[in-house]
Amino acid sequence: MDKQKLVLIGNGMAGVRAVEEVLKLSPEKFDITVFGDEPYPNYNRIQLSKVLQGDTEIADITLNDWNWYEENGISLYIGESVTGIDTAQQMILTDKGRQVAYDKLIIATGSVPFMLPLPGADKEGVTAFRNIRDCEQMIKASQEYKKAIVIGGGLLGLEAARGLLNLGMTVDVVHLSDCLMERQLDKAAAKMLQKELESQGMNFLLEKQSAEITGEERVAGLKFADGEEVEADLVVMAVGIKPNAALAKDSGIEVNRGILVNDHLETNVPGVYAVGECVEHRGAVYGLVAPLYQQGQEMAKRICGTESAGYQGSVLSTQLKVSGVDVFSAGKIVEDAETKSVKVFDDWRGVYQKVLIDDGKITGAVLFGDTKDGNRLLSLINKSAPIEEYMDNAASLETGIDLVASMPNEEIICGCNGVTKGAIVDAINSQGLTTVEQVKGCTSASRSCGGCTSLVSDLVACTVGDAFEENQKESVCSCTTLSKDEVIEEIKAKGLSHTREVMNVLGWTSEGGCSKCRPALNYYLGMLNPTGYKDEKESRYVNERLRANIQKDGTYSVVPRMYGGVTNSKDLRKIADVADKYEVKLIKVTGGQRIDLFGVKKDDLPSIWAELDMPSGAAYSKGLRTVKTCVGADFCRFGTSDSIGLGTQLEKKFEGMNAPHKVKMSVSACPRNCAEGAVKDVGIIGLDGEFEIYVGGNAGTHMRQAELLAKVKTEQEVLETTAAFLQYYRETANYLDRTSVWVERMGIEHIKEVLADEQTFNELNKRMDENMSVVQDGWKEVLEDETMARDLYENVKIPVGAK
Amino acid sequence: MEKLVSKVFITKVDELPENLGKRVYVEDGNLELAVFKLANGDIRAIENRCPHKAGVLSEGMVSGEYVFCPMHDWKISVVDGKAQGPDVGCVKTFEVTVENGEVYVLFDGSGEASAPLECSHSLGNTIVAGKAGE
Repeated sequence: MDKQKLVLIGNGMAGVRAVEEVLKLSPEKFDITVFGDEPYPNYNRIQLSKVLQGDTEIADITLNDWNWYEENGISLYIGESVTGIDTAQQMILTDKGRQVAYDKLIIATGSVPFMLPLPGADKEGVTAFRNIRDCEQMIKASQEYKKAIVIGGGLLGLEAARGLLNLGMTVDVVHLSDCLMERQLDKAAAKMLQKELESQGMNFLLEKQSAEITGEERVAGLKFADGEEVEADLVVMAVGIKPNAALAKDSGIEVNRGILVNDHLETNVPGVYAVGECVEHRGAVYGLVAPLYQQGQEMAKRICGTESAGYQGSVLSTQLKVSGVDVFSAGKIVEDAETKSVKVFDDWRGVYQKVLIDDGKITGAVLFGDTKDGNRLLSLINKSAPIEEYMDNAASLETGIDLVASMPNEEIICGCNGVTKGAIVDAINSQGLTTVEQVKGCTSASRSCGGCTSLVSDLVACTVGDAFEENQKESVCSCTTLSKDEVIEEIKAKGLSHTREVMNVLGWTSEGGCSKCRPALNYYLGMLNPTGYKDEKESRYVNERLRANIQKDGTYSVVPRMYGGVTNSKDLRKIADVADKYEVKLIKVTGGQRIDLFGVKKDDLPSIWAELDMPSGAAYSKGLRTVKTCVGADFCRFGTSDSIGLGTQLEKKFEGMNAPHKVKMSVSACPRNCAEGAVKDVGIIGLDGEFEIYVGGNAGTHMRQAELLAKVKTEQEVLETTAAFLQYYRETANYLDRTSVWVERMGIEHIKEVLADEQTFNELNKRMDENMSVVQDGWKEVLEDETMARDLYENVKIPVGAK
Repeated sequence: MEKLVSKVFITKVDELPENLGKRVYVEDGNLELAVFKLANGDIRAIENRCPHKAGVLSEGMVSGEYVFCPMHDWKISVVDGKAQGPDVGCVKTFEVTVENGEVYVLFDGSGEASAPLECSHSLGNTIVAGKAGE
């Protein structure tokens, strides 16, 4: 049988998703051709704001890469626009003069940004925020200019503004209404949102009607209808989108606001379908991804001849992707005469929650500050649940599981990747999955923004039942089902002595493990048997193995140790000489009070270390990094103790220590805490006559304030308490957990109790001493071991003629 | 078809550390190899350039017949050069022979030895399917 020809116009999220659904239902039925005018494969437009913030690349937001098209035998034409549809001949025409016949045609032309027709809107520096090119233009502008204006205080405008702030620009947001996001939020939530964003540095110009963009060739400012004018080097228009229905209209397909379709996404012309933002269904035009994916599924069923009830429309829900702001809304937003509502307003914690009720049924919700009920409310709104169901369940712990149990199979759990509850349940059942990680690997659910992780977890729990509990112990990695605690028990019980043995005896499913379990096993084995275990350099990450930090170009950085951040002219001269001799590319003072030499070639590392003749700073290690100190009582007029002296003692005691993750310490000589002990793994504050020891602080990805572990009288007690604390951390933390995560998990009170027992305290100290007794300086070890120097640092050069 | 194959001495088997990579430069700087001695004794050579962001695979962790890129942890087969799911990409592989305890890499005249088919497409700037611009 000849294959039918399926043509898709528009290589975006809705269209490609629909094709994926077709391939799932009828993999062999169609020859598929796709046209797209952007020069990229299908990417996740929702994540564009991340690209704008500069920390994400296009490859990271690609949903279907080039190989996907190839593997599925899809002909892809990019950078080519379809200019006409001959519905009588069933043929499309492109701007390159190509003609392609179709049996089924899907129009997924999406939407175009609505550009205000202001005088001056064609000037350089005026852009929309819709595609990768817009992002690139904004990033470029941020490198040359300072001041940006975003016109539009809706979802898109605020995400654009947040991105521009991250890029270092000053941002005014201009909005016609007196409330932000007025289509998704009520007044109370909008005002809270405005306050929060103002504190992040956004400036709002509300109730302002833009009249003219001023400037010569490039934009210089924005003039309002009331005559006021503000300066701008960049103007981003984010006032809305409109369905891109021109092609359909010109081809005689019925169009109102968007392309008109029935419940099966069919247009009025036989064989022609439309899906996505270009579509108008039952009077509604959707601009959010979940409804578009639902449309794609229903359309695929019709195209493949599968019976279905069709698309019934969607309740809209919104979540703003701006860090530090939790906003959720769904369904009806504003009360009318008939509506009742349940409201919680907590100005102190910045929480606002409103649930709208019509005839006793939940019809809408607005949440600000605390949005964890969002998914549940959306589900309740979708099934028009009575308000009692929300109120009664509010206190029940099992609501999450009840919620996913009550969801229909078609409901989308992961909006980013369009994974439905049904798809996840199928994967769990057919492939015997029992953990969120496995579901992520098989279905991509929760792989993108992670917002649905708790839903996926609930879904796994309710699908596999009792087996879930067992499997929720976190396994070391996907090579085994054993948890860290079980692995450690087995190592002790069976006396296992190297990683390969652990993997073989405990039934690892992969040969040779993976980059997650090997370093973990290497750490656990060394921690359990510090004097007997031979560290496996091949089971260490590159930085620890080479005792230097790899940089993006494959060169390394070198950080010598400077105890307590103190140096002298002799060391500085040596560093300067080495930097000159080896043509170091960058010399930088680190946050840990020492000096970093960047751009060193791997084969130069041993000779640099030899010439420096200083201890390794272990800036590469999972273990003690630095002890930062303030200047202390010797010089500071406030200092009450010798912070440099104590810091140096701590650094000498723990240098070279291995730990589950890096350990940063500090010592300050007064409560001003200049060495920033509140965000260190161990932060000491010296007061007049006593020391406070704070632990579990972190200034990185997961900011956490340190908690007070103990107050002690002497420096000796500081050293011993710190040793006991760190040893307990070394023995009980999961590999790669910082103390912040570990203290959070164990609870500070529990750790205090453990250390309060004198015998335990002494044993922990003894085991720490034993561990430290075999520690060698990382650099010296290499310099004294010729084989190691050759194996790790020597490269091979072969002559050009070899090729 | 006759091909001009050159056989180039790299190092002695004994001097290759097990489960670690060796960085091998060709002197003109246009090609770099990563040579691995695996736990099963096999010696493998691939281009020293991760398909993701050009990471130095020679410094990656070697597990079985795979190397994990030290930059962003992509898992690459040292046997056929393919990136493992969910990532997609491929590096060139080179044939290795061992004679009298000495390791040689075989290059054909173009330096494009035994690269699997997928490698002829580089992600991101080549159109794989379709023939736009004809």
